[in-house]
Amino acid sequence: MLIFEHSREGRTAQAQMPAALDSADDIPAHLRRQSAPQLPEVSELQVVRHYTRLSQRNFSIDTHFYPLGSCTMKYNPRACNQLAMQSPFLARHPLAPERFGQGFMACLFELQEMLAAVTGMRAVSLTPMAGAQGEFAGVAMIRAYHDAREDLARTEIIVPDAAHGTNPATAVMCGYKVREIPTADDGDVDVDALRAAVGPQTAGIMLTNPSTLGVFERRIEEIAAIVHSAGGLLYYDGANLNAILGKVRPGDMGFDVIHVNLHKTFSTPHGGGGPGAGAIGVSERLLPFLPVPVVGRREDRYYWQTERDYPQSIGRLSAFMGNAGVLLRAYIYSRMLGCGGMERVAEFAALNANYLMHRLRDAGFELAYPARRASHEFLITLRREAKAYGVTAMDFAKRLLDYGFHAPTTYFPLLVPECLLIEPTETETKESLDGFVEAMCRIRAEAESDPEYVKNAPYTLPVRRLDEVRAARQLDLRWTPTGAVED
Amino acid sequence: MSNLPSDLKYADTHEWARLDDDGLVTVGITDYAQESLGDLVFVETPVVGNQVSAKDACAVVESVKAASDIYAPVSGEIVDANALLNDSPELINSDPYGDGWIMRIRPDETAELDELLSAEEYEAQVSADE
Repeated sequence: MLIFEHSREGRTAQAQMPAALDSADDIPAHLRRQSAPQLPEVSELQVVRHYTRLSQRNFSIDTHFYPLGSCTMKYNPRACNQLAMQSPFLARHPLAPERFGQGFMACLFELQEMLAAVTGMRAVSLTPMAGAQGEFAGVAMIRAYHDAREDLARTEIIVPDAAHGTNPATAVMCGYKVREIPTADDGDVDVDALRAAVGPQTAGIMLTNPSTLGVFERRIEEIAAIVHSAGGLLYYDGANLNAILGKVRPGDMGFDVIHVNLHKTFSTPHGGGGPGAGAIGVSERLLPFLPVPVVGRREDRYYWQTERDYPQSIGRLSAFMGNAGVLLRAYIYSRMLGCGGMERVAEFAALNANYLMHRLRDAGFELAYPARRASHEFLITLRREAKAYGVTAMDFAKRLLDYGFHAPTTYFPLLVPECLLIEPTETETKESLDGFVEAMCRIRAEAESDPEYVKNAPYTLPVRRLDEVRAARQLDLRWTPTGAVED
Repeated sequence: MSNLPSDLKYADTHEWARLDDDGLVTVGITDYAQESLGDLVFVETPVVGNQVSAKDACAVVESVKAASDIYAPVSGEIVDANALLNDSPELINSDPYGDGWIMRIRPDETAELDELLSAEEYEAQVSADE
């Protein structure tokens, strides 16, 4: 039930009303609305119950194991939240003079420095408001670099077929043509195909390492050499940074630009579309093109570096300097971890993934890349189960919900049939991993004895199997009150 | 194995092509392709009048799982696109070789069709992939 459907004319929550109603007389009449907005008219208790009930329906990291591969759904420490919510941070105005925001700016400056250190990049800008915007900024800088050199024949971005779907989208947004290259049978990029694909038309390559197949790209230095010698640049998609944090640095692998999903690796909340933060790091050659503002330090004072300091900057990505609250949480998380803690993040992320992978393999599930060690995530394929019982990876995923586990990522990457991409993260206990294996085994037994039962899951959630096809074909996100006319 | 009519030619990227009596080549995706993609929810049909080269991406099919490019199996001019797919993308699922056709191409050279796979060759490739 929508909050609007609880509405009764004239019902209000008096206690929440402002003490004095401001008059809007100083706004010109033609800009003022003539009718009242259509807001729900409900009591305070109705609001509390409605949203509390909705929150109880959440399948979230705070309630369930959430091994959604490639998304790094790890625990967000409460301390980060608490410290970032201190009133001086909350009350800060983005237009306040620098001298009143030195503490806040010190936090951002240090976050820039820590991210640069852990990724091995020359400098970092925190302004992108999401991972996707970070990607856009990164490829826009690649474009700006080639344009500044008047190297205008570079029209292609190379993207491996195992790449994140956002990579080709970003390349196209920046005006590039996407050239896809295949993955070799062992899960690494097909280096011969790469060699054949590069040329004077190559602007760059977009890579995730470890890749979305859950394996570390072993020939990364060779790949970097091939792309660089063709005059292209290397873009690192930070989606899987959790696996290598403090262990190996994209800058040392030869990457020129990286975006870091702070909501993944640096434990800020995954919003349903925001607020996010996709900080970007650059090598020396892309430094002039960084998006502004960046926090600078002159002796003991912090100040905003703008277009004055970066005349070749690709510009601004938001009105101010990114999502302040998210950046603060990432800063506090990094400070709590320290260097040693960051290494342990990667170690336990990899340990948990490899433990879970071995347990599932021993339980008889088929690994997509059995010869490879898992990074922080791994792929299993349920093609045998699909063939034998007609029960697909999606059916397993739905049934897992009944067992109290969020489903892993399904059908991604597409080159592995009937796959589940499983990422336990470092914050899970051995018991939760064992529980997941047990649930998978039980579902397989159900698939064998009663496939229809699994195919109709879930049974215990507020909604049953959703009609995704109808949802996609007849998307309807707008509520219209009964009797009202849509404009 | 899924349905593979022996009178069609196949591309390794899972399109089928048929040379019709009027000299045009009708193109769609294979039964195996529609089965792997799952229920289609959107088809971006090619622009009629465009000149394409073989292996050019010229249309897009989107399913609940993924969006995939459709490649021209032969070079030529796109002379027709299946307008029914705009409202009924599911035709590709229900009748991939019939009502679910995607485009018709006036080929530059019909000889290019000979470079495509036969039903047996395509079947062998699909089996190897599985």
